[in-house]
Amino acid sequence: MLEDFTPSEAFVPEATAEDPPLLRASGVSHFYGNRVGCQDVSFELWPGEVLAIVGESGSGKSTLLGCLSGRLTPTAGVVEYRMRDQATRNIFDLSEAERRFLARTDWGFVHQDARNGLRMTISAGGNVGERLMAIGNRNYAAIRGEALDWLGRVEIDADRIDDRPEQFSGGMRQRLQIARNLVTGPRLVFMDEPTSGLDVSVQARLLDLLRGLVSDLSLSAIIVTHDLAVARMISHRMMVMRNGTVVESGLTDQILDDPQSAYAQLLVASVLQP
Amino acid sequence: MTTSAVEATPYNFAYLDEQTKRMIRRAILKGIAIPGYQVPFASREMPMPYGWGTGGVQITAAIIGPDDVLKVIDQGADDTTNAVAIRGFFARTAGVATTTQTGEASIIQTRHRIPEQPLQSDQVLVFQVPIPEPLRFLEPRETETRKMHALEEYGIMHVKLYEDIARHGHIATTYAYPVLVDGRYVMDPSPIPKFDNPKLHQSDALLLFGAGREQRIYAIPPHTDVVSLDFEDYPFEVQTFDEPCAICGTRGTYLDEIITDDKGGRMFVCSDTDFCERQVARNQGVQNQSSAAASEKTEMTDA
Amino acid sequence: MTMRLCLSGVGKTFTMHMRDGTRLPVLRNVELAVSEGECVVLSGPSGVGKSTILRMIYGNYRTNEGQVLVVDGDKIIDVATASPRRILDLRHRVISYVSQFLRAVPRVAAIDIVAEPLKVRGVEADVARDRAAEMLARLNLPERLWSLPPATFSGGEQQRVNIARGLVTDHPILILDEPTASLDASNRDIVAELIEERREAGAAMLGIFHDGSVRRRVATRAIDVGSFASV
Repeated sequence: MLEDFTPSEAFVPEATAEDPPLLRASGVSHFYGNRVGCQDVSFELWPGEVLAIVGESGSGKSTLLGCLSGRLTPTAGVVEYRMRDQATRNIFDLSEAERRFLARTDWGFVHQDARNGLRMTISAGGNVGERLMAIGNRNYAAIRGEALDWLGRVEIDADRIDDRPEQFSGGMRQRLQIARNLVTGPRLVFMDEPTSGLDVSVQARLLDLLRGLVSDLSLSAIIVTHDLAVARMISHRMMVMRNGTVVESGLTDQILDDPQSAYAQLLVASVLQP
Repeated sequence: MTTSAVEATPYNFAYLDEQTKRMIRRAILKGIAIPGYQVPFASREMPMPYGWGTGGVQITAAIIGPDDVLKVIDQGADDTTNAVAIRGFFARTAGVATTTQTGEASIIQTRHRIPEQPLQSDQVLVFQVPIPEPLRFLEPRETETRKMHALEEYGIMHVKLYEDIARHGHIATTYAYPVLVDGRYVMDPSPIPKFDNPKLHQSDALLLFGAGREQRIYAIPPHTDVVSLDFEDYPFEVQTFDEPCAICGTRGTYLDEIITDDKGGRMFVCSDTDFCERQVARNQGVQNQSSAAASEKTEMTDA
Repeated sequence: MTMRLCLSGVGKTFTMHMRDGTRLPVLRNVELAVSEGECVVLSGPSGVGKSTILRMIYGNYRTNEGQVLVVDGDKIIDVATASPRRILDLRHRVISYVSQFLRAVPRVAAIDIVAEPLKVRGVEADVARDRAAEMLARLNLPERLWSLPPATFSGGEQQRVNIARGLVTDHPILILDEPTASLDASNRDIVAELIEERREAGAAMLGIFHDGSVRRRVATRAIDVGSFASV
């Protein structure tokens, strides 16, 4: 039987017509004047996959995230997204209205600093309900019910629903930010260092929560982090960036346990073990 | 409109120079063409402080002609300092006739009220607006609010109402209650009581709004749909009053609370002073008529 | 007997960039095949590359040379060249890996760790938990521990959670990396029994067992990894 195997038979093509990716980045580059933000980044992301973009500060990971999420216009390259109607569109060919609609319905964006992702003077319930109202929900009881449900899912007590995020701890704010993003059932969530700045125990709780939500809801996620432990815990795949380019990409556990490039080896070797 | 200056003052007709008036008229026309859209304009320094109606005064100055009859009200009253001053300003700089009677005016400049008496198609109501941007409460960035208007991203307007219900059990916004104009732009109707909101809908009169400090003009042309924002289960409602007006006895008007002494004494009276006075006059007229009728009867009996 | 797994011409060299690119050849020309109902044991001294072979099959280590062919229904996948997504899919459905070390997310209860691979395969949450509970009961993990995160468990307890997780599904290929290393005699027997059951049910297994009694009991065949050593 062994003799019958040939490499060509063993090859299974990736993106097929029946199984298109959710998001495809092709040659995405962004320059700040002469300086490289990110350069020639290409990858595909399928439904249910969590991709971690790791690297040191200045490696271009946040610039890349900005391009992927439509917040920054790439200098070159294309970001295609499979919309809910299954049509694949270059997100930079969408009108701004379409792109913003996409961003507040089918996407989520979790910021490192919750102040950028929440309305600090609005109650927790209002923060969670905003997206629902934005897409035309006009029933107060239904909006509030949905907000309560989501606060429960992110482990915020129901009696905090009318409190403002100003009165919340850092971990609670991040969880509220997640609830606010997920209430419209997005298929793709972008996260920019969602756990940095939190205490280790709070970080673990948030990661665990994220992991559960991602798998329960079959979410796709692109998470930027400098923390390899975070990447290991939450992501399936990883891209290692340095000086704006991807130096290594693959399965998260493979890169962490058997890094190939000099830089990835250095990163992995630099992690402190408790 | 005439360009002849009023003899009594060294100013151009209605104070503003003609180029400025043309600029303002263009903004007004654009506002009428795009109901509810805030048109930026180059607001001029006026001989009064901001917050005293510089936006409304500039609109009035741009549209007033020598044959117009001007009424100015402040919170419904014709006799407050602000209303008297603005009336005097135009009487002096434009030489126009002024009135306190709603039915006689061709232009009514108002701060925070719409008259009780329904307006006619040949009348223009000019609102003084302090903060024209209804989204400002939640979004401090002007660039962002403009984009939100452009893209009809009005979710946060309902967030504001949601917050009201969450905190007070009902929509506690009682004035400057946001409206959707012609199914397109969310608009701040200026700080009129929400009692007056229904009068904006399908109004016979042209409604113009001017914000001097914020340099914005917007408009609701006659017969435009104007809907107050609400929730299905918390529908928009206007204020109601248990008592009739303590002066004229009318029910169903918007009442102001008047403190009458320092022992907790108070009364509720019509905020629209012109309306209230005419009701009083009519009531007296009815009384006079009935007493006159009674005396006639007596005479007849005598005869 | 249908072949499930086949390594052909597989070689592995580690390049240590932090030591001036020193190349460390470990394995070359690995040839082995595992069929349904087989439990093939890798033997040889420690450091010879037994675990490396297992990790390459699971995709945890990259394969530099040769093919790591895995039968998935009517398809044959080469793990050495497959995309990360294809490998993840294989892990969900085809290859299960039981290692000696548990790497779990803090705060997740033992029973949920065990139930997770079932849920990933579409088993309903309640059913998955019931089956996880059965497995933990069989492995004598005290019931009071089930709802606790294993971070504070003893080594043996953690390992049993890990074994339960690896054996709870019916993956057709099982990779066993010293599953009984820190277990006492009675638990070793139970694990051996579970492995036998899976073997009887037709799973193709490849493993490392340091414990002689377990090895003799479960193994159908042994392969000396020393013969592939790249020295």
